[in-house]
Parts: sequence; C-alpha cells; structure tokens
Amino acid sequence: MFKRFHPYASPKHFHRLAQRLSPWLFGLSAVLFAAGLTGGLVLAPADYQQGESFRIIYLHVPSAWMSMFVYLVMASAGAAGLIWKVKLGDIIARACAPLGASFTFLALATGSLWGKPMWGTWWVWDARLTSELILLFLYLGYLALQSAIEDRRAAARAGAVLAIVGVVNIPIIHYSVVWWSTLHQGATVSKFDAPSMATSMLIPLLLMALAFKAYFLAVLMVRARCEILAFEQHTAWLRAELSDERTS
Amino acid sequence: MSALAATTAVLHRDLRRGWRRRGDVAQPLIFFALVVYLFPIAIGPLPETLRTLLPAILWVAAVLATILTLPEVFAADHADGSLELLVTSPHPLALLVLGKIAAHWCTGAVPLMVMSAALGTLLGLDAATLAAIVGGMALGTPLLALVGSLASALTVGLRGGTMLLALITLPLYIPVLIFGTLAARNAALGLPVAAEMFFLAGLSVLALTLTPFAIAAALRARLG
Repeated sequence: MFKRFHPYASPKHFHRLAQRLSPWLFGLSAVLFAAGLTGGLVLAPADYQQGESFRIIYLHVPSAWMSMFVYLVMASAGAAGLIWKVKLGDIIARACAPLGASFTFLALATGSLWGKPMWGTWWVWDARLTSELILLFLYLGYLALQSAIEDRRAAARAGAVLAIVGVVNIPIIHYSVVWWSTLHQGATVSKFDAPSMATSMLIPLLLMALAFKAYFLAVLMVRARCEILAFEQHTAWLRAELSDERTS
Repeated sequence: MSALAATTAVLHRDLRRGWRRRGDVAQPLIFFALVVYLFPIAIGPLPETLRTLLPAILWVAAVLATILTLPEVFAADHADGSLELLVTSPHPLALLVLGKIAAHWCTGAVPLMVMSAALGTLLGLDAATLAAIVGGMALGTPLLALVGSLASALTVGLRGGTMLLALITLPLYIPVLIFGTLAARNAALGLPVAAEMFFLAGLSVLALTLTPFAIAAALRARLG
C-alpha cells in the first residue's frame, strides 16, 4: 500500500494532485454546506429548551471537532516528516497549523456567543472551554516557533517535535482541567447507540461536520501548494512546472 | 568512559558551574520574591485575602521564575560550542541531557522550594498548607524542568528566545499548576492531599521517561 501512495508523497506529484483535487473539494464542501445549513437553519425544529439559539451548534460543534482533528493531522504529518523524512509531511504539518488555529478560534468564538444567552455570560471557567483555549495556545506556540526559525526544514523538524509533545499532553491537560472544574453540557453525539438528539437535528450536524472536513481538505490543498512553492523554490522541477504553466 | 560516567560528568560540570556563578543562580530567587511581594502591594494589606491567595501566588511566581531560568539550560553550552560536542558524542544524548536537567533542577528548583518555605512562613501560612506547597513543588518541579528544557532545546540559539519559550512552555505547565494549587487548597481546608500528590508524581515520572528522548530529537533537529 505504501508503494502505491509513495509517488504522491513527492512534492512534485502532490503539487499536481493538489491542483487537480482542490476545485472538486471546494465544490463538495459547497454542496455539503448548502445541505447542512438548509437542514440545520431551516428544516430542523427549534430546541424545546434552548429555542432558536441552539442552531449555532451547526458551526460550534464541527469546528470544535476540527480543532482537535487538525492537531492530530498536523502531529502525524510532522511525525512522518521527522521519522521517515517524508518531505510532504513537513509541508502538510506547516500548512495545517493556521487552519487548526482558526478552527479552534471559531469554536471558542461561537461557544462564547452561545454561552451568552444560555449561561448568561461570555466566558465561564469550564473544563472544555479551558482546554480548548489551551489548545489555541498550543497552536499559537507552534506558529510562533515556525516563524522564529528561518530555515524551513529546521523549522519543520522542531515543529514536529513540539506537535508530538502536544499530542501526548492534550489528554493530560484535558483531564487535569476536568479534575479542576466542569460545567459544560455532556457530549451529545458520542453515544452512538442512542444519541440524545433528534434525528432531524443530528443529520444536518453530521452533514456540517463533513462539510467542514471537505473545506479543510480543500484549503489544505491550496496552502500545501503555497508551501511547496516556498519549500522547493530552488529546484529544477518547480521552475520547469512554472514555465510550463506560463506558456500554456 | 561509560554512558553513566559521562552523564555524571555532565552533571558535575553543570553543578560546579552553578556554584561558581552563585550570583546568576540567585537572580531567579530574587525575581521570585519580588513577584510574591508585588501581590500584597497590588491587592492591599488585607491579611485574610492574602492568606487565601498566597498558595496560588507562590505557585505562579515559581512557574514564572522557572521560565526565566530555562534559556540557561542550553544557551551557555550552545554559545561555546560544547552542546554540539554533546550531540555528536557516542553516548546516548537523552541520558546526557538528563544529567544537564538534573543539574538545572538542583540549582533552580531546590533553592526555589527553600525560598517558598521561607516566604510562606514569613507571610503567615499554616504548616499544613506550606507542607502541601513545598511537597507539591518537590514532586512537580521535575516536570517543569523537563518540559521546560524541551522548549529550551527547541528555541536554542533563536533571537527573542525567552518570550517564545514562555509561549511554548506555559500551556504545558497547566496540569502541574492545577494539581499543585489544588493540593494547597485542600491542605488549607484540612482535606487529604494524597491524590494530587500522586498525580504530580505520576506526571513527573511520565515526563522523566519520555521527554529526554524528545529533547534529544529537538537538539538534533536544531543543530543537526
């Protein structure tokens, strides 16, 4: 299996693959967003307790899921770059970081907007909010380290170590913060046998989660191409590729 | 020379260097005392409020003082080139790094604990709370030193390294701060503190087993 995917792990082929894939991914995410938002904002009934304001869940929950998912992608890509010297791993890790930070910020901002009518305050010192905020700081630390080291390869290696340490630490931080204080409502969707949510509300949520994922992949392809341009700026293949594009 | 002998040699060298630069080692302690004294000045001379806040103040001041000492773990060795000799030596780098961190802990964290005990007594903390604070620091500061040295290794030789180091390290210090201050709060209420102490010890042991390898990888990534 590794052999089959190996050609795409070279920046040269990935550059082309990303170029070909990104319009499709943008299209897919647009369709999913349209379906999810219609389902969530128009078709789903209002919540019997939270009224119309529960609808922010369709942005809040997918972005909170993505914030953790993107960190995992970033750390795995960084590990691949660090351990097996896969160039593409360095590129993907670096491209992931600002996206993950944005998703984390979105989760915090929407959660805060939701908290104002529900809890009567923008911010509470609750375990999930606090660990999400710490996750944002972990992303920002990663970004700061990346911008402090000028050589991109060295920055990628250092960043990979930091991301892996972060992955080990995230559960520790999360459970220590849970130990410290908790107020947030329990997880609604993780109980797969009987989710404590009506199907008409659940389906748009899952559609939105898929839409976020497709959008993430689409933007990741664009960002990865930009990173490839920077990483490989002095290589012959890139020059040939760019002059091809200019003439065609 | 065996790997263990090399590690003890690194440990002895760093301890001797710390002893010869006693003034530099004392600076974080003075900073720590100053931060602790800033709070009564900012809050006002209210003994009751201060007594409830003091454990938290001591912990936060200790964390900040620790962060300021972190660049020193590798900076001097990086400046004179001996860090590259460590990286290229035939002995396992993780073990040598552990020698350096042990020396850093002895010259940084141990005086800080003594200082916390002295300041806590001076500012009127009861014996049980003080024991929980100093005991918590004894169990938690190894993790602060280990995780901090990782950030120090990642930022070695960078301009504006201290600020970056603080940004990277502070989120990773939160579990220690939570369990350390919870232990102190429980002790002040006369509750048992064993659970928090076990957590601190467990976290430090986890850091002791994993971070030396990460630090070795980080040094190789920065210097290799």
